[in-house]
Amino acid sequence: MLSLDMPAVIGRKTLNRIQILGRSGIFLAIAASQAFIPPFRIERLIKEIEFIGSKSVLIIFVTALFTGMVLGLQGHHTLVQFGAEALLGSAVALSIIRELGPVLCALMVTGRAGSAMTAEIGIMKITDQFPALEMMAVDPLKYVISPKIIAGIIALPLLTAFFDVVGIYGGYLVGVKLLGVNEGAYWGKMISAVTFTDIYGGILKSLNFGLLISWISTFMGYTATADTEGVSRATTRAVVITSLSILIMDYILTSLLL
Amino acid sequence: MIIVKNLLKKYGNIVASDNLSCRFHKNKVTVILGGSGSGKSTLLRQITGLERPDSGQVLFDDLDLTQATKTQLYEKRKKMGMLFQGSALFNYLNIYENIAFPLREHTRIADNVIKTIVTMKLEMVGLRGTEHLMPSQLSGGMMKRVGLARAIVMDPKVIFYDEPTSGLDPISTGVIDKLIRDLNQKLNITSVVVSHDIESCFRIADHIIILYYGQIIAEGSVDEIRNSEDPRVMQFIQGNPEGPIPFTRTEKNYLDDILMTGGSHVES
Repeated sequence: MLSLDMPAVIGRKTLNRIQILGRSGIFLAIAASQAFIPPFRIERLIKEIEFIGSKSVLIIFVTALFTGMVLGLQGHHTLVQFGAEALLGSAVALSIIRELGPVLCALMVTGRAGSAMTAEIGIMKITDQFPALEMMAVDPLKYVISPKIIAGIIALPLLTAFFDVVGIYGGYLVGVKLLGVNEGAYWGKMISAVTFTDIYGGILKSLNFGLLISWISTFMGYTATADTEGVSRATTRAVVITSLSILIMDYILTSLLL
Repeated sequence: MIIVKNLLKKYGNIVASDNLSCRFHKNKVTVILGGSGSGKSTLLRQITGLERPDSGQVLFDDLDLTQATKTQLYEKRKKMGMLFQGSALFNYLNIYENIAFPLREHTRIADNVIKTIVTMKLEMVGLRGTEHLMPSQLSGGMMKRVGLARAIVMDPKVIFYDEPTSGLDPISTGVIDKLIRDLNQKLNITSVVVSHDIESCFRIADHIIILYYGQIIAEGSVDEIRNSEDPRVMQFIQGNPEGPIPFTRTEKNYLDDILMTGGSHVES
């Protein structure tokens, strides 16, 4: 039976969500602006880029290689029916550069680095490390959060570019080396089909996804309730919300870019 | 000197600080004593500016910290040190880097000088030689001492201690108590200690403030508190389960509560 309180409950929940959205926006604005106010935390930024970027290289390599190989297989299977297997290079490259590279790369980084960021910040909160920073006259937003957000924006496009290269080679290995597609045709068709707009679109997406990952992950950690259950809940939420946001943002950006 | 005037802080219906006024004298050890939920830690967080009161003033070097800007607050905090209940060491830094952290943040001291200062501070807390260890490799008592070394590394005027001996064995408690007294006497540091450990409090305090549900119920020297005739103070010091301080905060009548629950069970 529909409760008479239902409209009030829906209204309250909606207002609550809007409030969280507003708080997260203010959180991002303050944290991002801190990056441009001296003293600059270059050392912290490099460490965060290493954590999000360098330490994700292996997982991105494996994901990209097998994604490219599957695309090579599937693409060849379809194109050969129309006698158009020479177009395999362009099919693989466009799929990866436009869509799969940015999206899969972002999802993998969310699982590996995003969750770790939320957990790290949540644990810092539980163990009073944020008040300790405050008491040492160090702004936690500037010291902890800001480098993570900037590092996410820098690392994701680089990882995506790496994903694109490895993925295209994965398609090459299967298409050319395994299934016998002409090597010249693979590279030639790819070079003529891929435009600057495709690359620009992929990089633009990865910039946005990098921001989404670091923003949502740090906000979830920062607002986690200060107990172990709160941190675990925040970590799960961060991964789910970031992954969904990436897919929604991908649709919005694709519709704007096409 | 730190002066607290008419501090009021509420969380919903709970009054954590009820119009509190007190003074923390220069170069003295003041212990804020009270049971769990009496508002000790809230008071400490307001004195340090970690939390803003609903109303009232906290004067530190004539600056009202409740109205201070972030820059002013951070400037004053460079003269403060704090030992947190769980030590709050940075788990990604080793002991040396933890203690050197405030120096690296706020000074341009050369690395070799920082090394000397860190070694001196570690020697003061009896932990020289642990520089390379990570916080996870230390016992609770050792972590507190490292936390203390970090708190004094900038030579503060005031140190705040939040439950410095909670969860420690008697020997570690004695060591921390001795350190608090030694730092106070040797470095002329003003110390504000939040605790519920009576024995420890009597060992270190020059001045004691006893809180009860956000209000000061007694204040004075160790002897004055020991000889207090206030039944609430006596109950707290002697640790009596029976007395004017109730064990629970239940608002409803106990029997009413039981009968209501019983009634709903019968109906269902």
